[in-house]
Amino acid sequence: MHNIEKEIFDLKSSLLKMFLLVEKQWKKGANAILNYDQDIAEEISSSENRINAQELKIDSDCENIIALHAPVAVDLRFILSTYKINHALEHIADIAESIAQYVANNNVPYDQKILQETRLTEMFDIFNIMMDCLIEAFENEDPKFARKVFKKDKLINKINTDAYQIIIDNLDKYDKNMLLYLLSTIRKIERAGDSLKKIGEEIIYHLEVKVIKHT
Amino acid sequence: MKYKLEAKNIDVFYGKLKALNNINIGITENAVTALIGPSGCGKSTFLRLFNRMNDYIDSFKLNGDILIDDKNIYEKDVFVDELRKNVGMVFQKPNPFPKSIFENVAYGLKIQGIKDKEFINTRVKDALKQAALWEEVKDDLNKSALALSGGQQQRVCIARALAVEPSIILMDEPTSALDPIATAKVEKLIHTLKEKYTIIIVTHNMQQAARISDYTAFFYMGDLIEFDKTNTIFTNPKMERTENYITGRFG
Ligand SMILES: Nc1ncnc2c1ncn2[C@@H]1O[C@H](COP(=O)(O)OP(=O)(O)OP(=O)(O)O)[C@@H](O)[C@H]1O
Ligand SMILES: [Mg+2]
Repeated sequence: MHNIEKEIFDLKSSLLKMFLLVEKQWKKGANAILNYDQDIAEEISSSENRINAQELKIDSDCENIIALHAPVAVDLRFILSTYKINHALEHIADIAESIAQYVANNNVPYDQKILQETRLTEMFDIFNIMMDCLIEAFENEDPKFARKVFKKDKLINKINTDAYQIIIDNLDKYDKNMLLYLLSTIRKIERAGDSLKKIGEEIIYHLEVKVIKHT
Repeated sequence: MKYKLEAKNIDVFYGKLKALNNINIGITENAVTALIGPSGCGKSTFLRLFNRMNDYIDSFKLNGDILIDDKNIYEKDVFVDELRKNVGMVFQKPNPFPKSIFENVAYGLKIQGIKDKEFINTRVKDALKQAALWEEVKDDLNKSALALSGGQQQRVCIARALAVEPSIILMDEPTSALDPIATAKVEKLIHTLKEKYTIIIVTHNMQQAARISDYTAFFYMGDLIEFDKTNTIFTNPKMERTENYITGRFG
């Protein structure tokens, strides 16, 4: 007989591992793009398999706990949140891979000046901070950290909106293909930011009910 | 909102032991209310208040009011036999008498002094139909009830309770001695019965409470900790103690 507390403890560790894998994937993605590192870009594709495997494992763990333990209340909420967060993370990892594709497949590096102007580096930094906050919130069950992502997401949105005009203004100065890829990369990071925000909401939802009850 | 049954400021003592502590609750008509909680918390004691079954216990003492249709059933002018016609009870272990199926179901009518055969036949048939047993036994009504399976025996007992046409049915762990198939039948039956009856059921099976009841009351050491819609109790209970109990974290 498996004890549900143990199952939930293990599930939490598995999801934390998923968080860390995806975080690493994004650090690699940023590195590949900002430093035009084609080797890292290739590596990202291969770590994608591990992330997919972890996603499937968490999925089937959730299914098993539901089938075997019929969880209710706080346990059920945790499992449903885990299930949603797991899929959101997988989606975010896909985005890291897809933005690194440019580096793997094209021979025109992103121009440093336009990277500066569009604030792509800053965007990656904010993204990584959001990720750190979520991991902190999830690991230590502290909704305060999850709440920090909302403001950061707004910053990411702003960078994304501004980028459009910057790219238009520079259309004649750079390789057009490179510029369009850059714009699409920024768009994708913005969407990944939205997913992080949703994860933040899930964590808060799951933890808040607990917090209210404990006080 | 008006309730079918109400408990007001209920304290119950068995000698010096306080088995229930200031319970206040309103039970909705035509709904299933589940009573849950750890062993010894007072569920059966509470359930038995509604048909005055505790009256037989010498050390039993009650404070407070138990109302059925707004009438205090512990008042002097209440006839317990009349009360029990209105409030049927089904127990944990199927307890048919060593008589035929027919005699078992007709029992309550006969002790009421009803002699009209036609009337009794109709009532027995209706009760067996309501208990979802008619099709299985209609050709064998004279067979001993003891020769039936546990699940069938329990449905005979339910039919016996229904035959006198009560408006309330009390059930104390009615499926704990049954296999999953028989349990499923009784649960389905409870679900259909609530159209006509008000049902209170004690169960140790959390999933059963979640499946069949509309309201759930959680008792702990003689206190009513939480009472709410079953949906709320099993998704987002307000009290940590309830959450710990239903998720199986109870020391
Ligand atoms: N006839 C009795 N005489 C004395 N004490 C009793 C009697 N019946 C019950 N009690 C006591 O009253 C308390 C509540 O008992 P009750 O049977 O109502 O609990 P319960 O919640 O139905 O438990 P279980 O789940 O085990 O059936 C317990 O402490 C029990 O020992
Ligand atoms: Mg009992």
